[in-house]
Amino acid sequence: MQSAFSLSFSQSSLTLPNRPLCSPNAAPRNLRFCGLRREAFGFSPPKQLNSCRFQVKNRRIESFDYDLVIIGAGVGGHGAALHAVEKGLKTAIIEGDVVGGTCVNRGCVPSKALLAVSGRMRELQNEHHMKSFGLQVSAAGYDRQGVADHASNLATKIRNNLTNSMKALGVDILTGFGSVLGPQKVKYGKDNVITAKDIIIATGSVPFVPKGIEVDGKTVITSDHALKLESVPDWIAIVGSGYIGLEFSDVYTALGSEVTFIEALDQLMPGFDPEISKLAQRVLINPRKIDYHTGVFASKITPAKDGRPVMIELIDAKTKEHKDTLEVDAALIATGRAPFTNGLGLENINVATQRGFIPVDERMRVIDGNGKLVPNLYCIGDANGKLMLAHAASAQGISVVEQVTGRDHVLNHLSIPAACFTHPEISMVGLTEPQAREKAEKEGFKVSIAKTSFKANTKALAENEGEGLAKMIYRPDNGEILGVHIFGLHAADLIHEASNAIALGTRIQDIKLAVHAHPTLSEVVDELFKAAKVESPASTTPQSVKAAV
Amino acid sequence: MAASSSFLSTASLSNPKSTISFASSVSPAPIPSLRRVVFRSPSSHRRVTTVRSKIREIFMPALSSTMTEGKIVSWIKTEGEKLAKGESVVVVESDKADMDVETFYDGYLAAIVVGEGETAPVGAAIGLLAETEAEIEEAKNKAASKPSSSAVVPSPPPATSSPAPAAAASDGPRKTVATPHAKKLAKQHKVDIGSVAGTGPFGRITASDVEAAAGVAPTVTPPPPPPSPAAAPAPTAKATTTSSPPLLPDASIVPFTAVQSAVSKNMIESLSVPTFRVGYPVNTDALDALYEKVKPKGVTMTALLAKAAGMALAQHPVVNASCKDGKSFSYNSNINVAVAVAINGGLITPVLQDADKLDLYLLSQKWKELVGKARSKQLQPHEYNSGTFTLSNLGMFGVDRFDAILPPGQGAIMAVGASKPTVVADKDGFFSVKNKMLVNVTADHRIVYGADLAAFLQTFAKIVENPDSLTL
Repeated sequence: MQSAFSLSFSQSSLTLPNRPLCSPNAAPRNLRFCGLRREAFGFSPPKQLNSCRFQVKNRRIESFDYDLVIIGAGVGGHGAALHAVEKGLKTAIIEGDVVGGTCVNRGCVPSKALLAVSGRMRELQNEHHMKSFGLQVSAAGYDRQGVADHASNLATKIRNNLTNSMKALGVDILTGFGSVLGPQKVKYGKDNVITAKDIIIATGSVPFVPKGIEVDGKTVITSDHALKLESVPDWIAIVGSGYIGLEFSDVYTALGSEVTFIEALDQLMPGFDPEISKLAQRVLINPRKIDYHTGVFASKITPAKDGRPVMIELIDAKTKEHKDTLEVDAALIATGRAPFTNGLGLENINVATQRGFIPVDERMRVIDGNGKLVPNLYCIGDANGKLMLAHAASAQGISVVEQVTGRDHVLNHLSIPAACFTHPEISMVGLTEPQAREKAEKEGFKVSIAKTSFKANTKALAENEGEGLAKMIYRPDNGEILGVHIFGLHAADLIHEASNAIALGTRIQDIKLAVHAHPTLSEVVDELFKAAKVESPASTTPQSVKAAV
Repeated sequence: MAASSSFLSTASLSNPKSTISFASSVSPAPIPSLRRVVFRSPSSHRRVTTVRSKIREIFMPALSSTMTEGKIVSWIKTEGEKLAKGESVVVVESDKADMDVETFYDGYLAAIVVGEGETAPVGAAIGLLAETEAEIEEAKNKAASKPSSSAVVPSPPPATSSPAPAAAASDGPRKTVATPHAKKLAKQHKVDIGSVAGTGPFGRITASDVEAAAGVAPTVTPPPPPPSPAAAPAPTAKATTTSSPPLLPDASIVPFTAVQSAVSKNMIESLSVPTFRVGYPVNTDALDALYEKVKPKGVTMTALLAKAAGMALAQHPVVNASCKDGKSFSYNSNINVAVAVAINGGLITPVLQDADKLDLYLLSQKWKELVGKARSKQLQPHEYNSGTFTLSNLGMFGVDRFDAILPPGQGAIMAVGASKPTVVADKDGFFSVKNKMLVNVTADHRIVYGADLAAFLQTFAKIVENPDSLTL
């Protein structure tokens, strides 16, 4: 084990005990496993002692330009930077495109703006809904440019807020494409080289376009183009029925388009809990001008030209035989996102990507080509593929900063909620029912389900939005919450009570009696807790279930 | 041919022994057959293999111990759809949540007895499930409680009809392309989508095509951003008020359709154009006589008037021009006379291109084609928005004169009233009765001045009063 030979550069963490760095067989205790081979540093074994001497003055701080350099100023990088500054680290963040990255410029922010518009449009056009309130609304219309401007103005505003927040805190924003030159050495722009004690790679992802699909940015588009809303087609095919495709179907159908989903798996919305996706299909797809083809791939998509519409060839996902050809006005490719890790200089530190993702352990430490951890190098966010959500990226970034400043931290990904902002919204945290049952089988415990309908909630009924379902999967023996799924009005906001409980290990019996204001939608979650039947009693002193790793 | 049932075989007529007969547990009557073979079960005792088929009831389940009745939220499957055991068929509302009700048998949802939004007591039949397609019709009859001894089924249930060959009106794609909404409506209204003519872009079948085929009034569509077909102005001169008066009780609001929105938009736009009107009485005795002569040859009054207008416009090009940017004359090289046509709930202006150049008979033929297309909503954009001058005729209602509103993009519009016998006095004081038609032209004063318009009308009147030139 090479671990004994520890070239730890952890001077800034003052909590590390002063252990003999030079003894080759010292058992590392609190030490972060640093398995870098000697050769990587150009030291050969006889020089060991020399290097130790070089290192033995623990207090000698190597003069790095920065304590922490983050490559990528997206949500992940930003979250890490803010936390780093709070912990007193001298931080720089490198951005080669626009600050804010995907979320702010081509993702969460503009899409929520468009969804806000589509939600209102849908409500105003739903005469039946309006009549039930006693309201009359004359024909509601929209100006496409106005809608597009709302999204782009919001993105600009948030981008500026992000930039200013970092500048104000003293984070150096370095412009240019960043790459790793070697251990603790980063290059950005044409030829600026800086050194940093720790490096975080947070370069994010880009829309993934399968081969055979020709994107022209006008009639065959990805989410990047769609969010600019340059046109509203009469009929758009959406390839992929995950949350991105689903959200766009909400936007386009509210603005007057018809949608056809093309899904490779046999079920639409494959990532959701099956009960939720069944209900979601009934509410979000069946009554709308949407149809779908499942179990097929779009093997070839040609953009519209010469007076021909966009042509889509569909092949059976299993047999690969031709099934159908669609002729539509536009196609949106929403088949997932691919990590953006090219040109990062990973070969300089012997790190190989797996399908583009950078391999990391549960502490976001990068693993090199030989399965060893690369010291002082971390990767967060979409680039590592663990959980491709903006808030997961910033949570991972915070986790890394905690570790770098001496507190070990392992992020519990099962406590990170996710949401889909259709109308009504869908949100979830933890395991789906099939996943929970599988785990229960393996580990030998029972699983129970508590369910409640939004129809039972006063506020939802007052809003005439009684269509919704919340369900909680839990362990009846000890009250551990395994997963919560909500489909209904404001689901994305309601999930946090559950995700907090999971993060803190709170058991149902201890939270059951907490009071919720009436009438609010949060009573839906309250109902879930109250409906759960747990065998073990509530504890008098606050206790938590050991948080699952 | 629907291949769902393996029981029927067309060759069976010749070999009675191999036929299979059905006996329905519900009705002793012969089962109507979809194929050429008609089984008459009382007389054909083919008991080599007997399959008893049943029509089962789907009943309202008790979702809780205290539930006495339930409401149908929605039917997941529609009439005629195939069901597999375990599949959800209907959603029923309980006090806690909506529950999916599954079927215990394979078969077809033959009939829906209790519809969406309706209530039924627990245990009551809410639908009928037929085990084979053949029974669907029967189950339907049962549901409607008609006597079920029909010998021959008049039309096969929609689920089994084979699609008719795609309508020739579509642009050439061998397969039918239909939009998602069109497909849903076709299912809902039981229209065979393969037989609908597609008028959407690239020949695709749109929702309104299906509605037209089903004979259903078009549903109100959410107004898309308005690139609208140019519609002729409604020949009324109602002033628009900026503030709407409070709604009277019992008033019903009907939002505009796309066509109506387009008309409204055009009318508002026209308010920005300075217009003036000039009226002219035209003696139509000669024209009426000519009309009687050419009517049997298919010429209509519209064609006559359009040609006359076209010929007059040829001599007064400024009336055929328009003012597109507010600072120049935009002379049109063609004289395309658009004629306003009212079609159920809407207004469209098919255009007679080169009205001055085509002869009367050709013009009439073209007009007939255009009206046909307009009625079936198959007008192409260039057939309704290429007009340079518009003609609007309300004479068939007995209207004597009216003012038309100038459509955006044109220089003048002519409003024509009925031709009525009128007493006229000549300069010597003698009275006579002549057929007089009042013609009123509205024109854009940025390009057409009073004298221009008056001169045009004079020419027009001359042509109409000496109509032989029309037949040239």
